[in-house]
Amino acid sequence: MQALYAQLLVGLINGSFYALLSLGLAVIFGMLNIINFAHGALYMMGAFCAYFLLNLTGLGYWPALILAPIVVGIFGMILERTMLQWLAGLDHLYGLLLTFGLALIIQGVFQNYFGSSGLPYSIPDELKGGMNLGFMYLPIYRGWVVIFSLIVCLGTWYLIERTRLGAYLRAATENPTLVRAFGINVPRMITLTYGLGVGLAALAGVLSAPINQVRPLMGENIIIVVFAVVVIGGMGSIMGSIITGFALGVIEGLTKYFYPEASNTVVFVLMVLVLLVKPTGLTGRAA
Amino acid sequence: MTALTDDTIPVTPRTLRDEMIALGIMAALLAIVPWTGIYVFFVMQALCFALLACAFNLLIGYGGLLSFGHAMFLGTAGYVSGHALKVWGVPPELGILAGTAAAAGLGVITGVVAIRRQGIYFAMITLALSQLLYFIYLQVPFTHGEDGIQGIPQGYLFGIFNLANPTILYYVVLAGFLFGFLLIFRTINSPFGEVLKAIRENEPRAVSLGYKTDQYKLLAYILSGTLAGFAGSLKVFVAQNASLSDVENSMSGLIVLMTLVGGLGTVFGPVVGAFIIVATQQYLAGFGQWVTVIQGVIFVACVLTFRRGIIGEIAHHLKRSL
Repeated sequence: MQALYAQLLVGLINGSFYALLSLGLAVIFGMLNIINFAHGALYMMGAFCAYFLLNLTGLGYWPALILAPIVVGIFGMILERTMLQWLAGLDHLYGLLLTFGLALIIQGVFQNYFGSSGLPYSIPDELKGGMNLGFMYLPIYRGWVVIFSLIVCLGTWYLIERTRLGAYLRAATENPTLVRAFGINVPRMITLTYGLGVGLAALAGVLSAPINQVRPLMGENIIIVVFAVVVIGGMGSIMGSIITGFALGVIEGLTKYFYPEASNTVVFVLMVLVLLVKPTGLTGRAA
Repeated sequence: MTALTDDTIPVTPRTLRDEMIALGIMAALLAIVPWTGIYVFFVMQALCFALLACAFNLLIGYGGLLSFGHAMFLGTAGYVSGHALKVWGVPPELGILAGTAAAAGLGVITGVVAIRRQGIYFAMITLALSQLLYFIYLQVPFTHGEDGIQGIPQGYLFGIFNLANPTILYYVVLAGFLFGFLLIFRTINSPFGEVLKAIRENEPRAVSLGYKTDQYKLLAYILSGTLAGFAGSLKVFVAQNASLSDVENSMSGLIVLMTLVGGLGTVFGPVVGAFIIVATQQYLAGFGQWVTVIQGVIFVACVLTFRRGIIGEIAHHLKRSL
């Protein structure tokens, strides 16, 4: 049973990353109509940002948790201002191709300087050690990742679904021209939205750094899994992205315990099944 | 929303004539390659990728469907052909047939799943499916995991042509390429191709005219996958191996890049794009990871400034269809 609980925890942690990443993808897609292929590369940049902060400036995990998403978010906003904004009005697929190119550039540059091996990033002192819960041993850092991600996801949901800013955002998603006519600066909102989505990816990167190490290609495979998560959940609903992300992480964890050979593929197989049964995704509207 | 491909020139006898002339020039140029001293293995490799890119272009350029997983057809056909040739010892023609048939079967299975969603979702689904297949090929024994299938025998095609001879192999690959290219050329100028273009331009309208658009898209997808598999089977004779690198996502990205550089939805663009990208890879091999960065830069530059691609730009300036 110990091993089962351990795999469930790993599943929850991966689910946290899937949720944070698919949430960012959904927010970006809503405003920009772009599937951000560079999301995995920006997730990696978040982890590297934490690594640089520690090794160049001596700033540890806690400042990095705030600073890395801001730095990478600003980088994302620069990308949006200089490149992505020119794609407005073109076919959605151009956004996918452009961000795919950006992902190649970012990952290639980091691979040149850091190779493919992992750089260590240690767990902050406050979160070292573990707790004995009676039925399992819980490493504190891992518990922290799950709870903190959940809080961030719910906070983002609240921001978009329950605040005035979120209402503008949702309105601009539905009809940007009309919202603009009301005197709201929609292009600036688009830039900020991209920054927010990218910041969430960078945050996931910082959270994963002590668990998975910091590697230039750490975002290469996870982004494809997140695409499958997005196809399964549909991008119509924020809460849907969060729940699907966590749920698929848990299912993947359970698969690791019961049938390890399929743990790499289970999310994709589920995607196929969902497409056969309900092509619009679990929460999605017809495209 | 503007369409992905700029194909406003109507098909008239003149455009068809222009394309036939260009086709004749291309075939003649390719036929004299062995006498020019150009390294034939480079051209053969480029021809395989050119056919692959043409097959991919059939789907996106004429059907509006962006597949980000076309490497799965290349890799599957390569593995099946390689296994058949090496382990079962079948003659080359049967090896090619087996690989192409496997790709066709894969096209049917994945097509039924993938065509359920449009546009951006279609791209994500095909990418996820090819990743699924990658993990399967990593684990099943017949692909030999990281090593791949090595030292695949070339044999005698139809019992006569010795494929170990580079010149003979070159003409066989060229014949295969031209066969695939003409098939695609015929398809896009057929009533079926016209319906595909109609679906790309305005699917609801095509539905309202009574076309079962899903069936058309599925058929285009299967045809594209089969031809991509045919290219993969031919490539086995050139490279004499089948490895995981042919199933990787980066390979799918490369196929997209070739077509984008040459010109989406142009007849000859994918061929030109394939030659350019294969050449770039050869010449820049010494730069290590910078090759990835350069490919990324080409992607970004093409999307931002050069969306018609090389052949697309030329055709646009000459006001001709190429």
